[in-house]
Amino acid sequence: MTRFSLGRWLLPTYVVLTFAFLMIPIIYTFVFSFNDSVKSNIIWRGFTLDNWINVCDQQVVCTAFGNSLIIALSATTIATILGTMIAIALVRYRFKFRAATNLLLFLPLATPEVVMGAGLAAQFLDLGVAKGLTTVIIAHVMFTLSFVVVTVKARVATLDPALEEAGRDLYGNPFQVFRKVTLPLLLPGILAAAMLAFALSFDDFIITQFNSGSIETFPKFVYTAAARGIPAEANVIGSSVFLIAIAIVLIVQIRGSRKAKRLAN
Amino acid sequence: MAFVAFGQTSKTQVKTQTKSGRVALVLLMPGLIYLGLFFITPLIALIMASLKQPDPSGIIGQYDFGVEFGNYAYAVTQYAPQIFRSFSFAFIATIIALLISYPIAYYIAVRARDRPLLRGILLTLVIAPFFISFLLRTFAWKQIFSNDSWIVNVLKDVGIFGADSYIIGTNFAVIFGLVYNFIPFMTLPIYANLDRLDMRLVEAGSDLYASPATTFRKITFPLSLPGVISGTLLTFIPISGDYVVASRDFLGGPGTAMIGNVVEANFLRIQDYPTASALSVMLMAAIVVLVSAYVKRSGTDDLL
Repeated sequence: MTRFSLGRWLLPTYVVLTFAFLMIPIIYTFVFSFNDSVKSNIIWRGFTLDNWINVCDQQVVCTAFGNSLIIALSATTIATILGTMIAIALVRYRFKFRAATNLLLFLPLATPEVVMGAGLAAQFLDLGVAKGLTTVIIAHVMFTLSFVVVTVKARVATLDPALEEAGRDLYGNPFQVFRKVTLPLLLPGILAAAMLAFALSFDDFIITQFNSGSIETFPKFVYTAAARGIPAEANVIGSSVFLIAIAIVLIVQIRGSRKAKRLAN
Repeated sequence: MAFVAFGQTSKTQVKTQTKSGRVALVLLMPGLIYLGLFFITPLIALIMASLKQPDPSGIIGQYDFGVEFGNYAYAVTQYAPQIFRSFSFAFIATIIALLISYPIAYYIAVRARDRPLLRGILLTLVIAPFFISFLLRTFAWKQIFSNDSWIVNVLKDVGIFGADSYIIGTNFAVIFGLVYNFIPFMTLPIYANLDRLDMRLVEAGSDLYASPATTFRKITFPLSLPGVISGTLLTFIPISGDYVVASRDFLGGPGTAMIGNVVEANFLRIQDYPTASALSVMLMAAIVVLVSAYVKRSGTDDLL
């Protein structure tokens, strides 16, 4: 019996400790967003709300944040459309070059970012393309596309084709069937994919650094600032993004579990 | 979901496929052409760049088309320690991340199976680090372990550390940071796999008088192997190319540079494109060898 109860407590204790470990830098970043710092934000100097109220006093931080938002929104939109189309084709249709398609979609997932970043930069260099906002968006669509395909594909695979057949039986043309039947059923998968693409794009640093030229993004700002010390305003932006994202996840989860309960009753 | 990218099978899909190839083509082509233009041709551009030779004009950053294999020899002899360090750091960090993550994934998938609320909370906590920039998280560790931090001071007071010992800039700090950043990438695929573990198989093990340890070794672990392989690839590949953690401005020091740091410096700072490209091509080749061993084992449909 003693061995059993030890095993019973060992794992939960371990889980609690590891999660505490995972949270340390997040809590640290959050706490230091309230630090009354002067230039660098290393030593605790007292509590203040100043950094939160006047985030854009450090104008570079806000510009970088704005650029990151523009890039992430554009890249997410394009990647989600292209990726959803591919996912539907992969699950629903039979075609000859399936193995090659799978490989082409898989390769970006298995390529280190520095290779993709340097490769694209080398190509832009060869073609004489000036780096800027557009080149970053091109790069982000490229590396998020496969993630979208994987996520949406999982959803398409659970979809009953009989529902679309019913739509066709009711004289819906292919476009109507897609808009009224397929798309609404796929929506949770597409939304999940879009959120993932957004998160990946927003947080990307390596590929961005190789293809952005002088355009500042939030991760790029943090990387450059690290040499002299990251200002507390960056912690404010990081913490707010964190809180918003957690709120979205919680809402999705609560709605999901309510739905599950309704279905169970 | 994307974290189960490797090693997931979808057996249902064959049944639902229809035959109209033209629609498939219309759906596939835009995305595939995009990847062709911005993923495949850049890889070719990278190989071409790795073979270029300096322009006779001698202007920095000017290179001409060439077939200069000497760039590879130069890159290997010049940067052998960084190449070796990249793969050994990636290897060690992957093993440690696996050891830390497996019990977590097991707890969420198996022990918390009948408690959806606990499970939801724990999964949210696993992905929580993704929601805050990894640069900020890595920098937070730098400050926590900085030379005058209370951790270092306590270690000195207790006598574990000498007066001039430090953490930041050591191999330990870099591997620590890499492990920390990639624990979620390891945990999620293993969780996704263990989530589908049929508990009747485990019960059968104990019915046959196997100890919990034997049941784990003979049933649970072998069945979870696809998840372990996915997690390992999703951890090893990005770590081998990472250069943020090992950077001197983060957790690294003068002696911790990895391939990524060298590529960054050569490409973006001193504009030695051929050397940077040669290193990238070698890194890619090593990963392709690793991954094709996996593809051979499980086929291409399991890739996505």
